[in-house]
Parts: sequence; C-alpha cells; structure tokens
Amino acid sequence: MAIRLENITKTFGTVHANHNISMEIRRGEILSLLGENGSGKTTLMNMLSGIYYPDAGQIYVDGREVSIRSPKDAFDLGIGMIHQHFKLVDVFTAAENVILGLPERGRVNRRTVAKKVREICERYGFEVDPNQKVYDMSVSQKQTLEIVKVLYRGANVLILDEPTAVLTPQEADKLFAVMRRMRADGKAVVIITHKLHEVLSVSDRVAILRKGEYVGDVPTREATELSLTEMMVGQKVSLNIDRPEPVNPRRRLSVEHLSIVNAEGVKVLDDVSFECNSGEILGIAGISGCGQRELLEAIAGLQREEPGSSIKYYPPAGGEEELTLCTPRQIRDHGIALSFVPEDRLGMGLVGGFGMSDNMMLKDYNNGHSFFTDRTRPRELAARIKEDLAVQTPDLITPVRKLSGGNVQKVLVGREIAAAPSVLMTAYAVRGLDINTSYTIYRLLNEQKKKGVAVIFVGEDLDVLLELCDRILVLCAGRVNGVLDGRSAKKEEVGLLMTNLNKKGEGAA
Amino acid sequence: MDSFISLIQAAVVFGTVIMFGAVGETLTEKSGNLNLGVPGIMYLGGIASLTGAFFYESAVASPNAILCVLIALVCGVGASMLGGLIYSFLTITLRANQNVSGLALSIFGSGVANFFGGSLNKLAGGVGQISVASTSAAFRAQIPLLSGLGVPGRIFFSYGFMMYLAIVIAILMQCFFSYSRAGLNLRSVGENPATADAAGINVGRNKYLATCIGAGISGLGGIFYVMDYTKGTWANDGTIEKLGWLAVALVIFTRWKPKNAVWGAYLFGMMYWLYFYISGLTRSTQELFKMLPYVVTIVVLVLVSLRKKREDQPPEHLGLAYFREDR
Repeated sequence: MAIRLENITKTFGTVHANHNISMEIRRGEILSLLGENGSGKTTLMNMLSGIYYPDAGQIYVDGREVSIRSPKDAFDLGIGMIHQHFKLVDVFTAAENVILGLPERGRVNRRTVAKKVREICERYGFEVDPNQKVYDMSVSQKQTLEIVKVLYRGANVLILDEPTAVLTPQEADKLFAVMRRMRADGKAVVIITHKLHEVLSVSDRVAILRKGEYVGDVPTREATELSLTEMMVGQKVSLNIDRPEPVNPRRRLSVEHLSIVNAEGVKVLDDVSFECNSGEILGIAGISGCGQRELLEAIAGLQREEPGSSIKYYPPAGGEEELTLCTPRQIRDHGIALSFVPEDRLGMGLVGGFGMSDNMMLKDYNNGHSFFTDRTRPRELAARIKEDLAVQTPDLITPVRKLSGGNVQKVLVGREIAAAPSVLMTAYAVRGLDINTSYTIYRLLNEQKKKGVAVIFVGEDLDVLLELCDRILVLCAGRVNGVLDGRSAKKEEVGLLMTNLNKKGEGAA
Repeated sequence: MDSFISLIQAAVVFGTVIMFGAVGETLTEKSGNLNLGVPGIMYLGGIASLTGAFFYESAVASPNAILCVLIALVCGVGASMLGGLIYSFLTITLRANQNVSGLALSIFGSGVANFFGGSLNKLAGGVGQISVASTSAAFRAQIPLLSGLGVPGRIFFSYGFMMYLAIVIAILMQCFFSYSRAGLNLRSVGENPATADAAGINVGRNKYLATCIGAGISGLGGIFYVMDYTKGTWANDGTIEKLGWLAVALVIFTRWKPKNAVWGAYLFGMMYWLYFYISGLTRSTQELFKMLPYVVTIVVLVLVSLRKKREDQPPEHLGLAYFREDR
C-alpha cells in the first residue's frame, strides 16, 4: 500500500468539498477516481499534491503519518500530480521545465538534464525533445512533458487529473500504454476521468465519490458502465440516448461553397456546402481542428467568408435571409444561437468574473428602451437555469469562474437554449462533463429538436454522435467528406471518413 | 568635438541613473511584480544617502572617504529596499492592485524625499548649502591615470566608480537570469506562479526578495544622481522622477534583458540631452526632442508586438497577484 487517507475533510466557505473520506492507493495498481463534476475528486487529490491542506483527517504514506503542506512536501514523499491545466512555463524549454524548483543550486547544466530526460523517455517510450520550447508543443506533447517532469523527480505515486479530456483517441491509447508500463514498474497510478470506457479498459480498481463523500470502491473486472454510473449518481439510470424521429423537417439553414482563410493564410474551410433542417440534430464529426470551430463561427457571423460563400437562413414564417454579410447581433436576432465550449471553457461566451445573472445579461442587455438595464429578468432566468439544470453554485452572484467546469457549461448551454433559438449550434457541449450532466444536455438538445429547432451538434465522442444525431456530416481537413444517416452509419465508416479525405470531394448529400 | 564629448559624458551620467533603475526594475518584473514606484524608490535612495552622509560629515571633523561611501550606500539602499518592502507587503501579502500601489509609492517617495530635502536645506542654512564634500568627492573620484588619457580618457574614464558598478550589475543580472537555477526559478514565478508553486518553489519568498533587492538596485540610481550629478546637494526640480519613469520605459525597451540596458541606458541618456546640444532650438521645439526616449520605447513596443516572438514578451503573469487556492 502506498497511501492511506483517513477521514479527510475539506471545506471551502460553507461548501463541503470533501467529507470524511477514507481510501487507499496501492502500488502496482491503476486506480480510477470517479465522480460527477464537483464531487470533490480534484480537491481530494490536490490535498495529496500539496495544493490544498485538509481541514481534518490524516494522510499516511507507506504507513507513516505525514503532513503535506506544499507541493515540495509532496515531491519529497514521491507524489506527483499531473494537473488538468498544465503546470508548464510556456517560454521555457522542456528541460528547463523539468528541473524547475529542484533543490540543486548554482548553474543550470542543460546538457546533463537533457541526458537524463532522454533516459526517462527511452525507458517509458516517450518522445520529448529537451530543447523544444513549450509554446511550440501540442497538447499531447505538453502532457507527456508533465509526466516526464514528475518521473524525473522520482515520483512513485502518479495522479493524473482528466488526462484524456484534451487528447485524441490515439493519443489516449498511447497514454494508457505508458500508465500500464508505470504500473509494471511498481508505481501507484491514480487517474481521474469521466469516460467510463476508459475506466473499464485501463484501471484495476475504481473508487467513487459522490457529492464530496466516499461511496466505495470496486475491482474494475466486477464493474460495468451501468453499475458505476449508478454508484456515482446514487440512483438507477438509463444509459440510452433518446432519438425521436424528426417531425416535419423543413430546410432552416443552407451553407453553400463556404470557404474561410485564417490569419495565417491557411484555408481552414474549403468549399463546404450542406443544409440543416428543423426538428433534426445534425452531427458534425471530425478530428479536432478540422474546421469545426470556423464553420460554426462563420454561421454566427464571427468569421470573414471568402467571396462566393453563401449562408442562407429560412425563417419558420417563410422567405429567406442572406446571413453572409450580417453582423453577429443581426444573426443572433434571427434566432441563431451558438454555444461553443472551448478547451478552456470560459474563453467564449461567459465572463468569468461575472455571476450567473450578469452572464445572462450579456445577450440581451441592449433590449428595451430604458436608460437603465433590466436586472430582474436575467436574475429570474439565472434562477430558472440553476433550478432546471441543477447548477451547483452558492448563489447567482458568485463569479462563474469559481464554479466547476461542468457547472460552467450548464450555465452556457442553458442560456443559449433559453434564448429560444430556431437554430442551435453547440460545440463540445459535454466536453469534460460527467455522465449524468452529459445526459442532461442530450435531453435538453432533444427537447429543442422536438420543438422544431434545427440543432447542430459538434461532438468528439463518435458513440454519442451515432446515438444522438439524425444525420452526421464528417469534416476532414476543412472539406465535407460525406454526410451519413445517423441511424444506419457504422462507427468504422465515420472514423474512416474522418481520417481519409475523399478525393472527389463529395458535396452535400 | 568638445560639445560632442560633453554630450556623451552627460549621456553616460544620466544613462547610469537610468540603468540602475531599469536593472532593478527588471529583477522586480521578472518575479511578476510591476513596480511603478521606481521614481519614488530612487527618491528614497537619494535622500537617505544624502541624509546619512550629511549627519556623518557634520559629526566628525575629518570624514573617512571609505566610510562616507559606505554610509551613503547603506542608508540609500536600505531606504530603497524599505520602499520595496512596503510595495511587496501591499501587493504580495495583501494582494493589492500593483499599479495603484506602485503609483502611490512614487508619490509617497517624492513627497518624503522633498520633505526631508527641504529640512536638510534648512538645517544647512539654505538651498544649496548642504555640504557633503567628502562623500561627494569619494563618489566622484576618477581612476587616476586613465582619466588623463585625452579624448578616450574623457569618454570612458571621467566618471565615479558607480558608473562601472552599474554595468557590472547589469551583466551579472543577465547571467543570473540565463544561467542560474535560482534565476530560472525566479523567472518561472513571473511567468506562471501556479506552475512554480506546484514545482515546489516558494512564490512569495521569490517575489519579496526580487522586489526588495530590485528596489535596492533601483535606489542606487538615486544615490548616484544625488552624490555624483548634483554633487551632494538637494534640488527639488523633479529630475529624479523623470529619470525614474525613463527607467521603467527602458525595461520595456530592453525587452526584459539587462544586457540590453547596458547600451540602451546610454542611448536614453543621449536622447535625454540631445536638445541641449542642438543649436537653434526654441523652448517649444526642445520639448519635441525631450520626447525622444518615449517615442523610441513606443516604436520598440510596436516592433516587438509585430514580431510576436515569445521571448520578447513581458513575463506572462506581470501585474497580477497570485493566490494558491484561487481558481
């Protein structure tokens, strides 16, 4: 046994982030820590890595009671954590980041460090160039560097906080291989993740938290997706995503020959044409960075389209409107809503320092003719969203950046839906969300669909796209590489279209 | 020719004041603290060194030159570091807004200095009557043989020891940032304190040390100005303040690299004095020339922003407070 926690409690203000938690972390084992957003997983692990200090309870490392007051104490005990937000200095090289804060004094000997970094890489099969600057690295490279950094410090206990949230499936598989190698090396590995299939494939044991309390642990071989979800949520759940038949679909939006050239002069969208209909969910699949973001932004009026592009909107009342040269506000006033969840969640759509009600106001502060803003309606709306989506926040004026990631997303998606759009675009709406909240979001999207809204759903998880969407448009390198029927398409088929560009450039189906 | 040499000499003297200010401020900013109190800190250094020297010289009959210099330096650096400590306490411990704290320190420093400067003048019996002749002479002592070498002697060796000290400190500072682990750790604090914290670096300690030592170095500029340029007198004309702001501008101009301050400071000094050596300027056209250092700083900012090179950017967390349990 590597670490034992006894009766750990941590409160923030009046909120119990962790309450009386007792659990074990063992050597030679991969432990999954599972729980809904805001259930206190990260807080608990932060107490092992020295970021937080428990209000009550004991931590034993190798049977000895310890007090971890700072990250340095954690390193000294051989505990290393890879945080969800990378702790790397962008302007430093990989090697400089690795040796940061180590107790050695005097000159930096870059050659020795580089040599030792290469040794670690060879041992575990990493590819890290010690002299590469972090700002030149991809997300996956940064994560690898984080792991190298922890191993360089001789960590025996590795904690990974949602490591796969930003990785492609291939990169995630590579990471799992590394984790298995570390387990074989006798290290204790803890992984925090929401993706149940990852939990089942990589871990040996699953520990579950619910609302800051420890529910229990089970060996992974005895667990199923359903049993884990029930432990997490605390009640019976169904893991089927609903897919009602589209009722009376009408053309709502048509995109023709859309091309976008970005600031670096790269053509990120190339002659994209498609249509989307009311009462239908159109899924957009593709490897990340294939133009999904630009496509949605173009429709929302945030991109400059190349000549020849045309985006037309067909209001439910009839007629047609050209959107190509409209301002974002004009487009929004037509009833086209965009909720984009970027990698850092707060980047677009919400103001981190504002509370929930002020964020509601961002969209409609300009309505009405009074000199003063109307604060009552946004407050009511915020209260309703908090109620409907079970947003966990002490009150409506707490800055949203203080909420956990999942709750931030509920606020964003909730606000967009509340605008009663006729076209609703969401991108990565469930990114980093726990399974229960994800299902809440799917349910909300389905409700919109039943109301006759045209929903565009950009997703990452192919299983979800195949279960939720009526049609799936596959983007590959900025081109439409095919449109499939959601009910009959096979996962392999979509995967193939995502990676292999169809040379003929099939248009809208 | 003569006027060109005296332009260079004037540029070097003012450049040295600016260089001290800028190198100290660079150290502070590398820790993520944007201390706009440089003018105030220079004031504090100047007045404290003058006060210390004044009381020492009036207490003993024949002042010892080495002791004179030591007392002036200890008083001046001590007072500047105290200024840095006030700023550190406000911004690091209390997490007050850095811009406001820095500006307050600037106003506070100039107020304190001019108050005590006036008092000293009164004690000495009138403006310009303060006599710290021995101390000033020690500060202004030139290298005996080299300074008599004609034109090269006048250009390179007609200064007191602090002019060379400034260059040495700037170069040492550059080496500290580039090659030492402590420098690497300090830079990480200014770039990304959460990362530094997670790596086991004591963020608060690094910030306190960098800010206080940085203030001490900036204060040397004030000491040099008072002891060397004004020959140990106090004039309430606001020149120190101007030089202090130029030091802040120079930090940007050097792109946070002290090695660039070595030539950049003299360039600033030259631009400061240029109006004085160009004939035919009226009072109003003079002002155009006095803008030069600031115009150049803006041009550098524009060029740097256009090139978008990450290494030329200010420390990423500059101006922001850090609190570990914040999210």
